Amino acid sequence: MNLARRSPLAGAGALVVGLVIVAALAAPLLATTDPVDQDLAVALKPPFWTPDGTLEHPLGTDHLGRDVYSRVIYGARISLVISVLAAFLGAVVGVAAGLVAGYLGGRVDTLIMRLADLNLAFPLILLALAVVALLGANLKNLVIVMAITTWMIYARVVRGLSLGLREREFVQAARALGAHDARIIARHVLPNVLAPVMVVWTLEVARIILMESALSFLGLGVPPPTPTWGRMLAEGRDYLTVAGWIAVFPGLAILFTVLGINFLGDGLRDLLDPRLRRQT
Amino acid sequence: MRAYIAGRLAAAVLVILGVSVVSFVLTFLTGDPAEIMLPPGATAAQIAKFRADWGFDDPLFVQYWRFLRRAVHGDFGTSLRHGQPSLPLIAARLPATFQLTVTAMLLAIALAVPLGVLAAMRRGGPMDLLAMAVALVGQSVPNFWLAIMMILLFAVSWGLLPTSGRGGIAHVVMPAAAIAINLMALLTRLVRSTMIEMLSEDYVRTARAKGLRELFVTSRHALPNALIPLVTVVGLQFGYILGGAVVIETIFTWPGVGLFTIQAILNRDYPVVQASVFILASAVVLINLAVDLLYVWLDPRIRVT
Repeated sequence: MNLARRSPLAGAGALVVGLVIVAALAAPLLATTDPVDQDLAVALKPPFWTPDGTLEHPLGTDHLGRDVYSRVIYGARISLVISVLAAFLGAVVGVAAGLVAGYLGGRVDTLIMRLADLNLAFPLILLALAVVALLGANLKNLVIVMAITTWMIYARVVRGLSLGLREREFVQAARALGAHDARIIARHVLPNVLAPVMVVWTLEVARIILMESALSFLGLGVPPPTPTWGRMLAEGRDYLTVAGWIAVFPGLAILFTVLGINFLGDGLRDLLDPRLRRQT
Repeated sequence: MRAYIAGRLAAAVLVILGVSVVSFVLTFLTGDPAEIMLPPGATAAQIAKFRADWGFDDPLFVQYWRFLRRAVHGDFGTSLRHGQPSLPLIAARLPATFQLTVTAMLLAIALAVPLGVLAAMRRGGPMDLLAMAVALVGQSVPNFWLAIMMILLFAVSWGLLPTSGRGGIAHVVMPAAAIAINLMALLTRLVRSTMIEMLSEDYVRTARAKGLRELFVTSRHALPNALIPLVTVVGLQFGYILGGAVVIETIFTWPGVGLFTIQAILNRDYPVVQASVFILASAVVLINLAVDLLYVWLDPRIRVT
């Protein structure tokens, strides 16, 4: 509420994100039909507002007669599960790496930051594609691969912050009292980097949703029959001339979800840490 | 100054070595290439011969050393699919990808700079709102979906532009626009915020106090300084732009490295995947290096320190 009052955009973002989460959780209740049910008798039906459309399939059907609306609703599940888990896994690894690099400095710092540079040198989607193709496309591998494309973002942010925190009085005091490095990092440094990490986490969830749907679009996402927004788009592409709606709606779902998360992330940043306000 | 350049060069070489390790390791993430490449029902003897022929039997570090030695000589092995050396296959497709990514970058800059500048000049005005809307939507839109929507509109409905292949300018418009959108959003934001900063600097106030016209102050005094960070960001985004090209090339069957690599990935054509990942990642490293050096030249303040 507070967020919505301070920033209307962030409020709108939170609303959209809330809706997507509800769609994912309550998909069986919200969907009108089973998203994988094929019914060739109603294949390629247009959305309800067109002359041939019916309310039975509000957003039309695809080439196999599957309900586009129900598939879009269920598609939210895969996008959210993969992006949230991957962003979390990446955050755990990246925050740990950043804390160690920034607090200890020296060779460990150099090593970790070189690894981050190395990781950033790869066109991430290409790396993700190659690894998924080789390991096999399933939920677990996708989460791991997406985490590989995100950990270094946290590592860099957290390293920068802990470099500064290391010199602060309360950390120096803890050290003077004889606390171990591990304890200082966990009790004094970590709590002070969590707010910016939350912001990065939100924006990374949005980026991972885009990347996951791109992979899925290219045929390397969670395998069928699980509905994913990316694959729906890919299937719709073959029917652009006769049934554009198959490709339009999953794309809109991706766009609004990512837009909502970005709004929310921008608002969170302004709220939690004005210093981090995006330069760009 | 010299130490800085030497340091950047050394770091770049290290990263490229790292890139070579990763591209090499990619091959071993999966089981046995022999099982995938040979037709089902191959005899044990055939598999053994295949493994021996391709050197899959040697210890890993021996294979890596061989990979690296050959890579330095431009030899990334023979494409399992095409039966030709993989580097020339990729090199032949580089110009197409280069054309596409450079067009996309220029397009993004050409749209983002005026939009960002106009937004900064009249904060809160209609151009500013437009710029912010472009920035917000542009960073959230999936570029492959935008590509498909453009095809639906400009090719299917209106028949204005070709949907695939490489030819004249008409062919490059849609794929370049699809790749440019995310970069354009980012750059619009960047130009807007740096211009706002620059327009409040003392030297701009001085220029205004001298009685120079606002257009002149903006274009000759503030803009050149605002463009310096643009160079860095465009350079840093090169990896994302290449990534975008990989996806967009497949949609428009643009005959570049991206399309070729995706096909190689789907066919498990290791030598091509290795070579392509290595070359594209190295290109990103070199572009970033070039940007760092260009920055020194562009911003004399760095040169002094």
